[in-house]
Amino acid sequence: MSTQTLTIAKALNTALRTSMEADPSVIVMGEDVGKLGGVFRITDGLQKDFGEHRVLDTPLAESGIIGTAIGLALHGFRPVCEIQFDGFVFPGYDQIVSQLAKMRYRSQGKLPMPVVVRIPFGGGIGAVEHHSESPESLFAHVAGLKVVACANPADAHSMLRQAIASDDPVIFFEPKRRYWEKGEVDLEATPPPLHSAQVVRPGTTATVVTYGPSVKTCLDAATAAAADGIDLEVIDLRTLSPLDLRPVFDSVRRTGHVVVVSEAPGESSVSSEVVARVQQECFYSLEAPVLRVTGFDTPYPPSKIEEDFIPDLDRVLDAVDRSLAHRDRG
Amino acid sequence: MPEDPPLDLPSTPAADTPAASTFAPMGAPQTIAGTPDAEQVIAGLRATSEGGADLVQLLTPEGVRVPDERFDSYVADVTVEDLKGYYRDMVLVRRVDREASALQRQGQLGIWVPLLGQEAAQIGAGRAMAPQDMAFPSYREHGVAWCRGIDPTELMGIFRGTDHGSWDPREVGFHLYTIVIGNQCLNATGWAMASRLHGKVGDAGPNSTSEATMVFFGDGATSQGDVHEAFVWSAVYDSPVVFFCQNNQWAISEPLERQTRVPLYQRAQGYGFPGIRVDGNDVLATLAVSRWAMEQARTGNGPLLIEAFTYRMDAHTSSDDPTRYRLADELETWKLKDPIERLRVNLVREHEVGHEFFDALQEESDALAARLREFVTSMPTPGPERIFSEVYDDVPPEITRQRDEHVAFHASFADAETAGAGA
Repeated sequence: MSTQTLTIAKALNTALRTSMEADPSVIVMGEDVGKLGGVFRITDGLQKDFGEHRVLDTPLAESGIIGTAIGLALHGFRPVCEIQFDGFVFPGYDQIVSQLAKMRYRSQGKLPMPVVVRIPFGGGIGAVEHHSESPESLFAHVAGLKVVACANPADAHSMLRQAIASDDPVIFFEPKRRYWEKGEVDLEATPPPLHSAQVVRPGTTATVVTYGPSVKTCLDAATAAAADGIDLEVIDLRTLSPLDLRPVFDSVRRTGHVVVVSEAPGESSVSSEVVARVQQECFYSLEAPVLRVTGFDTPYPPSKIEEDFIPDLDRVLDAVDRSLAHRDRG
Repeated sequence: MPEDPPLDLPSTPAADTPAASTFAPMGAPQTIAGTPDAEQVIAGLRATSEGGADLVQLLTPEGVRVPDERFDSYVADVTVEDLKGYYRDMVLVRRVDREASALQRQGQLGIWVPLLGQEAAQIGAGRAMAPQDMAFPSYREHGVAWCRGIDPTELMGIFRGTDHGSWDPREVGFHLYTIVIGNQCLNATGWAMASRLHGKVGDAGPNSTSEATMVFFGDGATSQGDVHEAFVWSAVYDSPVVFFCQNNQWAISEPLERQTRVPLYQRAQGYGFPGIRVDGNDVLATLAVSRWAMEQARTGNGPLLIEAFTYRMDAHTSSDDPTRYRLADELETWKLKDPIERLRVNLVREHEVGHEFFDALQEESDALAARLREFVTSMPTPGPERIFSEVYDDVPPEITRQRDEHVAFHASFADAETAGAGA
C-alpha cells in the first residue's frame, strides 16, 4: 500500500529522499541541512544516509548557496538549495534574478538550470522579524523562474519531486505554519502537472482563489459558510508563475463572484495579477467586483499582532458576504 | 615544485600618520572622510606602481628576459615558436579590439568593452589552460575567449545586440560573459566544486584529465560580496579554482584606492590560500604563474588568487570618457610597459626574429579586421519571435500565446518589411 498519512514536513523529506535515491546527481545544500537536518528538520537524516558530499552543510551566505548551486548545475548536478527563512533569501536574490533565471535564455537553451530553491514562507509561527514574510510576488515577476507553493502533504511530496526533475529553476515555497499538518499521501499516484491550479473544494455560490498557507484557511471558511447555505468553490493556485488560471476562469464563469486570498501584501502582487486577468477574461460573467483579502501593505508586524495581519476565516467570509451583497442589489 | 610565494604585508603606517579609517570631523578642510592620505596610498598601493617587490616578472618593460627561480621551470618548455604564437595572439586580439572600437564609433556596435593593454594578462592566463579546464569570464575577456577557440565574430552579437552569447560554454570550456560584477566568481566556484565531486581532481601529470577552473574579474569586483563568498566557499571546499583578478587600476572612474587598502593579492592570505601578484603586461610571467596556479588547483591543493597587475589603456566601455577621471601622464607611463611592444623587442633582440614574421602578421591582422567588419555589418537581426524562445524548458502556455499574438500582429501589416517576423 503506497498511501501514507504524513505531515507536510515528512512528505517533503520523503520527496527529497526518493529523488536522491533515484538520481545521484541530486544534491541538497544549505545552512544546517546536514547534521541538524535543517532548522525545520526537512532534511532530517539525509546526510547520514547520503553522505556529506550529497548533503552539503554550507557556509552562512545565501548568495554563495545559490551562486555555487548554479555552477554545480552547469557541471551536471541537480542542486536543491534550502533557504532557512523567507526574509533571508534576499542576499541570494541577485544570483537568482541575474543568473539563475536568465541562464537558459542567455544561452538560447544550451544551459538548462535544474536548481530548486526551497523557501519556508509566511507567518503565524510567532517569530521575530524577517522570519514570516511572503516574498513570492518578487519571484513571480521574474521571467525565467518557475514559482510554486504547496499547501498539503500530497502536493508537498509530488510537487517537490516534480520540481527537482524539472530542467527549469523552481522557487519552491513551503507554508511553514502548515509543516505539521497531516494528510494522505499516495506515494505512487500520478500527480497533476506541477504547473496546474486545482479545485480543492467544488462549490457553486462563489469562487475563492488562494495558495500556500491560506488554502487551509479558505477551506475552513468554506466549511463555515456551508452552514449558512453558501457553497464556496476553493481553488489552490499551486503555481504562482506561470499562473494556471483556466480553472479559475471556468469557476468564475459559473459563480460570477470571486475573492482572492493571500498573506502577502496586496499591491503589485500575485493576487493583483489574478484580479487583473479575471477581469480581462471574465468581465461579462462577473456579478460583483473582484475582491481581495491579503496582508496589508506594511512590513510584517511584530508577532503579537500578526494574527491581525494574516487573512483569517472571518476576513475571508466578510469578503464573500460583500461580494454576494451585489447579487442582492441586482 | 616552487614554494608558495611569500606573502608580505604592507608596512604599518607610521604612528604620526592619520589612520586611514579616521573620519575627519565635519568642516575639517584637510581630507575627505575615509580618503587615505598620500603617504598611505604610497605605502599601501603606489609602492607597487612598478608592481612592488613581490611582482613576478620574466620580461622587463624593455623586453629583457630576467630569471626567476620560482617560475622559470614553468616556462622551460616555451620555444621561440611558442613566443611568436603568444605575440600573434596579442596582436590579433588587439586588432579585434581596435576594429570593434571603430565599429562602435560607426554605430555598428551598440557598445564595446575594450581590452587594450590587458592582452598579456589574458593570453598568458588563457594559454595556461588545458582543454578540459573551464573559464568563467567577466565581459572584457576577449583574449581568453580567443585562447579557448572562440572566433572573435562570436563575441559580436553581444555588443551589436543580436544575442547574449552564441557559443556553447560546455563545449569550449568558456562560460558566457557575465555582466553583473562578481556573480561569476560563485558560479565558477560551484563548477569547481562539481569537478571535485565528479572525482576529476588530483592528477596533475602531463596527460592529466583533472579539471581546474579559472575565473576572471577586475579590481572593482573585489569589493563585491560575491567575490568574498567565492573565496570562502572555494577555501572551505578545497575547490580547484584559480581566481584571476585583472587589476587594471580603474573600476570605471573609481581608482584602486577606492576598493582596497592592501594589495589585492594579499587578501588571499586571510582566506587561507596563496595569493600572488604577476606583471600582467608580461605574457611569459602571466603564463608561468597561471600554469603553476592551475597545476596547484588541478592537483587538489585548493584555490589560489592571481593578481595580474596591469592597466586599462582605453575607456571602461565605449560609453565612458577616461579623460574626465585620470591624468594623461598615467597613460603615457603605462604605454612604456606595453605588453606587445616588450615581447616584440624580446623577439627581435634575443631571438633574432626577422621582419618577415611581423610583416606576415600585419597582413593576417588586416585580413582578420576585414573579416570582422564584413561579419558585423552583415549580421542579421533576429525576428521578434526570438524574444520568446528558450525562456523555459517547459514552456508556459501564456508565453506561447504572447508569441503567437505578437507574430500575428507583425504579419498583419501590409508592408512586408514591417511584417518582418521570422525574417
